[in-house]
Amino acid sequence: MKIVGTSKPRVDGAAKVTGQARYADDLALPRMLHARILRSPHAHARIVAIDLAPARATPGVLAAIVGEDLPVAYGILPWTEDEYPLAIGRALYVGDGVAAVAAIDERTAIAACAAVRVEWEKLPAVLSPAEALAHPEIKVNEHAKDGNVSKQVDLSFGPVDENLERAAAVIEGEFHFEGTTHAALEPHCAVASWEPRGELTVWSSTQVPHYLHRALAKVLQLPEDRIRVVQPAVGGAFGGKSEPFDLEFCAAKLSMLTGRPVKIRYTREEVFYAHRGRHPMHMRFRTAADAEGKLLAVDSSILIDGGAHSSFGLVTTYYSGQLLGAPYELPAYRFHSTRVFTNKPACGPKRGHGSVQPRFAIECQLDELAERLEIDPIELRRRNAMGSDETTINGQRVGSNGFLQCLDAVERASGWKEKFGKLPRGRGLGVAGSTYISGTAYPIYPNEMPQSGVSVKLDRSGQVLVTSGVSEIGQGVETVLAYIAVEELGCELAAVRVITGDTLLCPVDLGAYSSRVTFMAGTAAIEACRAMRAHLVEAAAKALECDPSEIELAGGRASARGRELSFREVARLAESAKGTLVTAGGYRTRKVGGEYRGGSIGASPAYSFTAHVAEVSVDERSGVVTVENIWVAHDCGRALHPIHVMGQMEGSAYMGFGEALMESHTFHANGLHRGPSLLDYKLPTTLDTPAVHASIVEANEPGGPYGAKEVGEGPLHPSIPAIANAIHDAVGIRLRALPFSPDRVRAALLAKGGG
Amino acid sequence: MQRLCTLNVNGETRTLAIEETDTLVDVLRDRLGLTGTKVGCDEGDCGACTVLIDGRPVLSCLTLALSVEGRAIETIEGVARDGRLHPLQEAFDAHGAAQCGFCTPGMILSAKALLEENQDPTADEIRHALSGNLCRCTGYGRIVEAVQIAAKRPAR
Repeated sequence: MKIVGTSKPRVDGAAKVTGQARYADDLALPRMLHARILRSPHAHARIVAIDLAPARATPGVLAAIVGEDLPVAYGILPWTEDEYPLAIGRALYVGDGVAAVAAIDERTAIAACAAVRVEWEKLPAVLSPAEALAHPEIKVNEHAKDGNVSKQVDLSFGPVDENLERAAAVIEGEFHFEGTTHAALEPHCAVASWEPRGELTVWSSTQVPHYLHRALAKVLQLPEDRIRVVQPAVGGAFGGKSEPFDLEFCAAKLSMLTGRPVKIRYTREEVFYAHRGRHPMHMRFRTAADAEGKLLAVDSSILIDGGAHSSFGLVTTYYSGQLLGAPYELPAYRFHSTRVFTNKPACGPKRGHGSVQPRFAIECQLDELAERLEIDPIELRRRNAMGSDETTINGQRVGSNGFLQCLDAVERASGWKEKFGKLPRGRGLGVAGSTYISGTAYPIYPNEMPQSGVSVKLDRSGQVLVTSGVSEIGQGVETVLAYIAVEELGCELAAVRVITGDTLLCPVDLGAYSSRVTFMAGTAAIEACRAMRAHLVEAAAKALECDPSEIELAGGRASARGRELSFREVARLAESAKGTLVTAGGYRTRKVGGEYRGGSIGASPAYSFTAHVAEVSVDERSGVVTVENIWVAHDCGRALHPIHVMGQMEGSAYMGFGEALMESHTFHANGLHRGPSLLDYKLPTTLDTPAVHASIVEANEPGGPYGAKEVGEGPLHPSIPAIANAIHDAVGIRLRALPFSPDRVRAALLAKGGG
Repeated sequence: MQRLCTLNVNGETRTLAIEETDTLVDVLRDRLGLTGTKVGCDEGDCGACTVLIDGRPVLSCLTLALSVEGRAIETIEGVARDGRLHPLQEAFDAHGAAQCGFCTPGMILSAKALLEENQDPTADEIRHALSGNLCRCTGYGRIVEAVQIAAKRPAR
């Protein structure tokens, strides 16, 4: 390989380290207005009347709108369009937007929002799933068919009851995963500009420009061919920017009303209320094995707190069970999951969408099984590992599988054999494993078009332009696309420019979610580049008077038989012979998944695998848990850019660590967030974060670009259970509720009688 | 109340009318076009708006612009000199210390202040110096390493 497998500086790196990368909030357009959104102070309330007159009378205010000005419902999934940009009739949670005001500057907009008079009639609110189920008469979401049930899934595979019956050991337990949020460092921001020809451009910190494009057209009732969405540099997303938000619609509508560009940037508090983070789940799990530790069955029942809207919740509910079929051979399992609407900000996808919570439960129960059966926890996982080219009991085809190598790597690196069960009291090691998808097999809205498109343009300058609608959110996709151009065309990296995330300039890609980007956009890029390469090879062979098969394209040159041409010369020859040089590629998923309702969820063209070992120390007096080390090994197929791959592994492990020990996205009984700031919502700093040791495992995936699979989300999954299991090794307690805060540790120690 | 004020930013002096309540971050970004200084929280919790005042890291979202008149203000735009990256910038770029890049300007400035006081910091000293700068992408390890690597190179 020419460049694949090396770690060059990222193509957007120099801009980022010099402060020149432009994020949405860095844009300023002539005549631009600033807008703010007025939000509900009540968890559930009827809007009796809104008087915008005082806001409109404020000097410097240009326009003000309410929910009725944008009366078309939208939602990221076409089956559950249950949101309006601003509340109509009722506010469903504290922070629900009710009016928006555009003014000459932000200060004026804030003052004008405060001047809006809203007459509220407070309604009873339900803040927990149990309350919501007990009070179906307090209907949170009018789209719910049955009380406050958002989605229910019952799926069963294999002889679950029979296997539970004949098991040598059955572990039962209840687990509680508290909600967490993404807390990307960049607050959401959008700038909209309605242009005189009847065209709308929206710059937004989104990770799904294509879906935003569709939603803007629907809600604003504009033709899709008059809308352009541009996604500038995005300051982190992690799933928190993967659906449309109120600010994009409001900025667009206010721009249409005023004929001037409008910017809205969320405050940090608004980011917490926009949320769409990890769902709280209350999980009852039973995991059964035979005397040798071979898994026989899993039976789970999960209650999911969805917040006020559907968001991706239909899919989340499936994901709470659909990825349990790997990395272990599981002959039977069932899950019964219920997502419930509550009067809180909607939950959605966060890194490891829907599958991080059940992974916590099952990996803790595997540890208990190992203890009960007196088998080493890594050995127990080895015995159950499924091989490559297998199909899970729920119909997912697993191709390449490096899980055993992942287990070996963390076992070796952590010194497991010398340390597990042998460290002094208060210190311990824990292991956990997981699997994850490399993209969802199906797009969010059913269609037969490619999921990812890439185009390549080359001209006589020798400069290569790669464009794709894919989203660069920090994960490095622009560098991946440039790498592929270098690999296929043999040009220098500096000769490649990449434009992404612009729905006007770029072919459609569905966005940065479900760990699909490298796999799908990468495959499309290879196709586009190979078509371009054919032109170059043909032109070079003609000039060098040789067979095309003899041409080597590398290092900015074409060469054969000791003669060579510069890349620019070849480009000129190809343009002369073939005319204007533009090629394209597209990714489509072949049919995968189980033949049952929901069988497409969790179905992916390839699966990644991860293993973690965490080392902790527990101060039994204070209950403080310190994570000393996390060893993470991840099978990402071929690592296209090892430093970026390790960066994703380290960042995932860090994020999971934060969820394990610190984060808690919780609400007071009146619906107020308990700490909507980056101080009160505890995030790990440099001083909290343990050393993370990453080992790349490369189980080549024949379907992936150069054999690559995902790395963005999989490596988060084992973080939490590995820490939980390490705490057990250290002090003998099983923590089943997150986060593992000192009070919970102390309570568990006291309950055990050892505190 | 506005008042005319002369700010010294990255060695350039700029005179402008500033409200008493204007924060430094807003003046830098909205008035001087220095958008490399980021707003992550606007309440002093995240460190993304870190700039140097007389060489010391300061949160520009909690600093009134009028209070730093006459002081030397350094933003990320002033770190590269004569078109060449500072060793910290090179190291961040080469070692994967920037992913989304939003915390990067503040991180680099906090690290620069450290290196100006301590040319050979331990990993622990680096972690303390950067503890006010949140990063959600990297897990910090590569950032600490990048600072160590930069410390070993002479500043140009």
